[in-house]
Amino acid sequence: MPSKKTDAAQPDEMISVRHLTRHFGSILAVDDVSLTVRRGEVLGFLGPNGAGKSTTMKMITGFLAPSSGTAVVCGADITDDPIAAKRQIGYLPEGAPCYPDMTPSAFLRFMAHIRGFRGAEARERIRTAIERTALESVLTQPIDTLSKGFKRRVGLAQALLHDPPVLILDEPTDGLDPNQKHEVRKLINVLAPEKAIIISTHLLEEVDAVCSRAVVIANGRVVADGTPGELAQRSRHHNAVRIEVTRPTTGVEAALARLPGVLAVEPADDDEGAALMVFPRDGRSIVADVADLARAERWDVAGLRVERGRLDDVFRTVTATAA
Amino acid sequence: MGHIAVIVRRELASYFATPLAYVFIVIFLALAGSLAFFVGNFFDRGQADLQPFFTFHPWLYLVLIPALAMRLWAEERKSGTIELLLTLPISMTEAVIGKFLASWAFAGIALILTVPFWITVNYLGHPDNGVILASYIASFLMAGAFLAIGACLSALTKNQVIAFVVTAAACFVFTVSGSPIVLGFIKGWAPEAVLATVAGFSFLTHFNAIIRGVIDLRDAVFFLSVIAFFLYANAIIVDLKKAD
Repeated sequence: MPSKKTDAAQPDEMISVRHLTRHFGSILAVDDVSLTVRRGEVLGFLGPNGAGKSTTMKMITGFLAPSSGTAVVCGADITDDPIAAKRQIGYLPEGAPCYPDMTPSAFLRFMAHIRGFRGAEARERIRTAIERTALESVLTQPIDTLSKGFKRRVGLAQALLHDPPVLILDEPTDGLDPNQKHEVRKLINVLAPEKAIIISTHLLEEVDAVCSRAVVIANGRVVADGTPGELAQRSRHHNAVRIEVTRPTTGVEAALARLPGVLAVEPADDDEGAALMVFPRDGRSIVADVADLARAERWDVAGLRVERGRLDDVFRTVTATAA
Repeated sequence: MGHIAVIVRRELASYFATPLAYVFIVIFLALAGSLAFFVGNFFDRGQADLQPFFTFHPWLYLVLIPALAMRLWAEERKSGTIELLLTLPISMTEAVIGKFLASWAFAGIALILTVPFWITVNYLGHPDNGVILASYIASFLMAGAFLAIGACLSALTKNQVIAFVVTAAACFVFTVSGSPIVLGFIKGWAPEAVLATVAGFSFLTHFNAIIRGVIDLRDAVFFLSVIAFFLYANAIIVDLKKAD
């Protein structure tokens, strides 16, 4: 079958960011960022503070006009047809701003009405959003008086209210305690199959927990893009072997360093014991060699583990080289 | 139209969610009354009209209206909710008009609460109720013009106090632009046509014409044009400043 289109969006391609660029005066905040997010994908947006994550999100949601480039949300161009695009988006802005003198119930009613829901449908949508974000206990208190965690959840409830196909969440778990973080991540995982979601975060564990794809941005440019697993492979910890030898206490480090595939041996940074981290050359698998050596030398091995790779390594490497 | 109504409702509710609404209404009524009675010699003049009451409205508005307008955009920008508002599927025009109409409706409520003055003067004598109605309309239009200026200027800053002071100053210039205070400033160098134009912008001239019973549609058109102009400028300023 002849292919007719080259540029038109795929049916499941729900967010398409095309060469987004934004200047603030002479500062280039976002520099030619392009990416697409499909239905079912959760894209984790990573980067140091000031890298341009929030600015990019503000442009996708139509708050900021791009200096050049555009974003297409569910077929609607945010610069040509902003209202149609905004209808498809649920957005949690940075810091989860909500009208401080309103109560969550009045605030959600306002949001439902302005999105065109009336009567029973509005009540039903508000009820669902409240249930999903567990806001029942604070509905009649002014948002001003709520804790940071509740404020964030009011912001989330507002973003979910109209059950949008696209969710853009700027640091959705910032300020939440570990239980609340877990709840929000669970919620994102539940919503994920039906939606295209972009979340920004600087918590790498969050990328592991919810994201199907991670995009690292530094100085306004995309410096890495892949699944969390792919990114982890770029870590120097990828296929590194963590070994804990209780006896003998000397000579182990030197013996390991003499292995052909080994690049370096360092004390493991994750505990105060005798564990060593053996780094491979070029990310090759060295666990068999290490195990053979241990057996041949008759070491007492208390622990042996292959590392998958660490996102924070990759994060540091790619953002540092971009700087 | 639906979006504007929803915004007006939210804004009005937020006036009444804080003591601002009640403080404003009480102070407005107390000042309007005492100025009319004590400074305007409401009784001693021996005339059944509300001129001493309306005469002071421009000066009252000068102090009180900036307090209503200062929060309209400055607060949204400070709390970050502007990002929420402007990423909703509504147009900038709807947001600007909705906010303005809410503050104007609030000023209207305060004005309606002065109806006891009208009842009193009708009880005491036989005033020209046509002039009184026209004066009410003029006062309401002037409040709208002040509010449009205030809404526009409150979009310039995140700081409500700055918005208040700048609005009060701007409103003062517009109020007295027909008087020597402003005209003397430019008389020396500006041509006659400019002088006439500046004088033509005086709120006081247009307002006083109406409350003296000279009802001219052009005065109403003047206030409506000022409102339209400043709301247009308001939308542009919000667009320019929202990201800072």
